[in-house]
Amino acid sequence: MSDLSEQFIERIKSANAPLCIRGSGSKDFHGNTPRGDVLETAGHTGIVAYEPTELFITARCGTPLAEIEAALNEKGQCLPFEPPRFAADSTVGGMVAAGLSGPRRASAGSVRDYVLGVKLIDGQARELAFGGQVMKNVAGYDVSRLIAGSLGTLGLITAVSLKVLPQPVAETTLRFEMNQGEALDQLNRWAGQPLPIVASCWENGVLTLRLAGARAAVEAAQLKLGAGETAPDGFWNDLRDQRLPFFAVETLWRLSVPSLAPRLDLPGEQLIEWGGALRWLSSDAAPETIRAAAAAVGGSATLYRAPPGLKAQVGTFAPLSAPLMTLHRNLKVAFDPQGIFNPGRMYPDF
Amino acid sequence: MNTPLHSRASDQDFSACDRAALLHELAGILPGTALLADPEDLKPYECDGLTAYRQMPFAVTLPENETQVVAVLKACHRHGVPVVARGAGTGLSGGATPVDGGVILSLARLKHILRIDPLARTAVVQPGVRNLAISEAAAPLGLYYAPDPSSQIACTIGGNVAENSGGVHCLKYGLTVHNILKLRVALIDGTVVEVGSDALDAPGYDLLAVLIGSEGMLAVVLEATVKLTPKPQIAKVVMASFDDMTRAGNAVADIIAAGIIPAGLEMMDKPATAAVEDFVHAGYDLEAEAILLAESDGTPEEVEEEIAAMKAVLEQAGARELRVSQSEAERLKFWAGRKAAFPAVGRITPDYLCMDGTIPRKHLAHVLIRIGELAQQYGLRCANVFHAGDGNLHPLIMFDANVPGEVERATEFGARILELSVDVGGTITGEHGVGIEKVGQMCVQFSPEELAAFHALKAAFDPQGLLNPGKAVPTPRRCSEYRLTGSARETK
Ligand SMILES: Cc1cc2nc3c(=O)[nH]c(=O)nc-3n(C[C@H](O)[C@H](O)[C@H](O)COP(=O)(O)OP(=O)(O)OC[C@H]3O[C@@H](n4cnc5c(N)ncnc54)[C@H](O)[C@@H]3O)c2cc1C
Repeated sequence: MSDLSEQFIERIKSANAPLCIRGSGSKDFHGNTPRGDVLETAGHTGIVAYEPTELFITARCGTPLAEIEAALNEKGQCLPFEPPRFAADSTVGGMVAAGLSGPRRASAGSVRDYVLGVKLIDGQARELAFGGQVMKNVAGYDVSRLIAGSLGTLGLITAVSLKVLPQPVAETTLRFEMNQGEALDQLNRWAGQPLPIVASCWENGVLTLRLAGARAAVEAAQLKLGAGETAPDGFWNDLRDQRLPFFAVETLWRLSVPSLAPRLDLPGEQLIEWGGALRWLSSDAAPETIRAAAAAVGGSATLYRAPPGLKAQVGTFAPLSAPLMTLHRNLKVAFDPQGIFNPGRMYPDF
Repeated sequence: MNTPLHSRASDQDFSACDRAALLHELAGILPGTALLADPEDLKPYECDGLTAYRQMPFAVTLPENETQVVAVLKACHRHGVPVVARGAGTGLSGGATPVDGGVILSLARLKHILRIDPLARTAVVQPGVRNLAISEAAAPLGLYYAPDPSSQIACTIGGNVAENSGGVHCLKYGLTVHNILKLRVALIDGTVVEVGSDALDAPGYDLLAVLIGSEGMLAVVLEATVKLTPKPQIAKVVMASFDDMTRAGNAVADIIAAGIIPAGLEMMDKPATAAVEDFVHAGYDLEAEAILLAESDGTPEEVEEEIAAMKAVLEQAGARELRVSQSEAERLKFWAGRKAAFPAVGRITPDYLCMDGTIPRKHLAHVLIRIGELAQQYGLRCANVFHAGDGNLHPLIMFDANVPGEVERATEFGARILELSVDVGGTITGEHGVGIEKVGQMCVQFSPEELAAFHALKAAFDPQGLLNPGKAVPTPRRCSEYRLTGSARETK
């Protein structure tokens, strides 16, 4: 446990060049290439409050995600959005700033859905608190959820409060042989039924499903779906932490699309999660082609992992419409008028 | 009501605009029946569900389509005249109360459900569509829209988005913010923007999160894509009664500690139970100090398992009586009272104020005892209904506006309850919004720097401050007033 907020405030006050906010650095690859003097947050640690029956946990930004999950596990609780852990020391502040969610996202919700409150130091070195530790709170604009996924461009998150939930009582994994089109169709059909499907992954002709919930519900669903074979131990963790062999490529695209979008006819390999709504693509097709294919079905393509040259050239994130970009710039100015924090990490414009 | 509180909502001065010219322009944009300017016609719009505050608008517009909405916004923007969006006017914090000299933009006529996609489980609806109408339209497909405010027969999805409304099932199914995928909105200058996506996320900042719960101060909702949820096969509710509040509060914590997230978890105190029993005859235990309703939904097997687990916990926690609904009709009867709590209390008092603080549940007993003391101090009655699962407390303060001084006493009593919520680590509003009602208490919950950040965020969307000005975020001047007098409001 240690509190570095005073040091952060001093550092930001005296900053005369852009700062690159960094937790453990496990997500340095995410977004555009980091720029600026590194401001390490990993020393600002500690679970400040955890109350299992109030369903929340509050921790300083540098607290390792692993420490938080261990504390929750002890009380039979969890972070249902299953954020990826790219390293043993990945921090909770980085998790919120990156806004990435894991396998259960389609059923359980995303990081932002579980953010209850944040403490933030803004570009004017003011320490601000938004939201809180209670589950329902509409006092003021919902800045804490805005911060989730903002890639540290709006301020330094010093602490976060997250909603937590009980771990599912029962869980089982089923596997089916299916081509991509069949899998997409089937996943969408199942999703409209009251079945306890909490995660899915299709790769290379195999659909893996995770069922979780009340024991009776899981057993009934298993019967109904016809017992497929089970998957190897640790499969879901490997998927969550992106350790499956599929992810070990130099250039990886992340296509977020409506789950109903048909099979995307793009060269390369695909791995599909979130009931069809997340399509990972390893491909050397032209970036414009990939972005256009995602946009054509109502989604967007993120250049998730790529050599710095390619990221600099095409940008990590799909371009925004002009009025949306204006709102982004205005918001950036509202929180960070001097443009100190993580310049260009999200869009080169701010 | 005799002496409504005047809503001097904004500190800005809008007196210099050319209203005659604006009216002329509006008449060119809208059909005759869609523009109201006679005091008699304006009267129904002088307040929302917070009837203690009233203000006549300058004009009311009732556009019938998006083009007209955008044209009205552009005209008002050009003339520098403030605009207040309005849905059904059921809001309880004065969010839709007019601004002096301003225009009301009613979205009530944009009430078409544009599309329902059963496979994608989404509906695309116009802002004036009523909350319940979505679930009714989706019912034949085995789907429904999960957030269910008690006002769902009347309130609109535009209003729900603006307030981030919750319902009795949001512990398990989330608030409005968890159930909206995409919004099409108009900024004050008429620019139309789409935020969110038909996918599960969109690039850039999460503007959806900022717009939801922004009380009509950042943009006007033109269209919403909402998530539909498969209807559970079955639902059952356990009704438990308790001899004291502390025990009932602990029972709620025990259910959660047992790893159960009920579909709904609601509580009422004795005065609330008495008021609703008289109204709906649900068979509540009138001797109990607290009644707890805990619902389970899902497959029949799942529900059996969960109901049995909850019964065991509730027995262990010292419930004096336990009943499980034996049929869908009985389940609805158990809920009817809770859902009708506000109108039921409305029957036994000329006027009431509904408060909306959220508190950490563990402080429930302390807070209720303190509310009891305050009721004595202010000489007013108070009934409490409680979204127990998520700590959202609705004290209903009863008063008679015709008795001189009672409005002021009720308002002050309410302010003390909100301050108490903040003191125990909670918030002044869980789901009804700040509006004009709680704008003073915002100064208690937030620092001047935090309020300044809210103003800056507002300016990012609406630099001239024309959309619903004066609501939700107080100016520094009002905070100094509040600190001096304990009230940021002016009485007429
Ligand atoms: C009996 C009763 C029970 C209630 N129960 C609940 C409950 O269980 N849970 C709960 O959360 N609330 C409850 N409420 C409060 C209220 O119903 C909700 O806040 C509701 O969402 C308001 O919807 P409305 O259409 O009436 O909005 P209005 O009251 O007309 O407006 C509310 C706010 O939304 C803004 N607004 C409206 N339409 C738009 C739009 N298209 N674009 C932008 N801004 C817009 C307005 O400017 C205003 O700030 C209850 C109210 C009553 C009277």
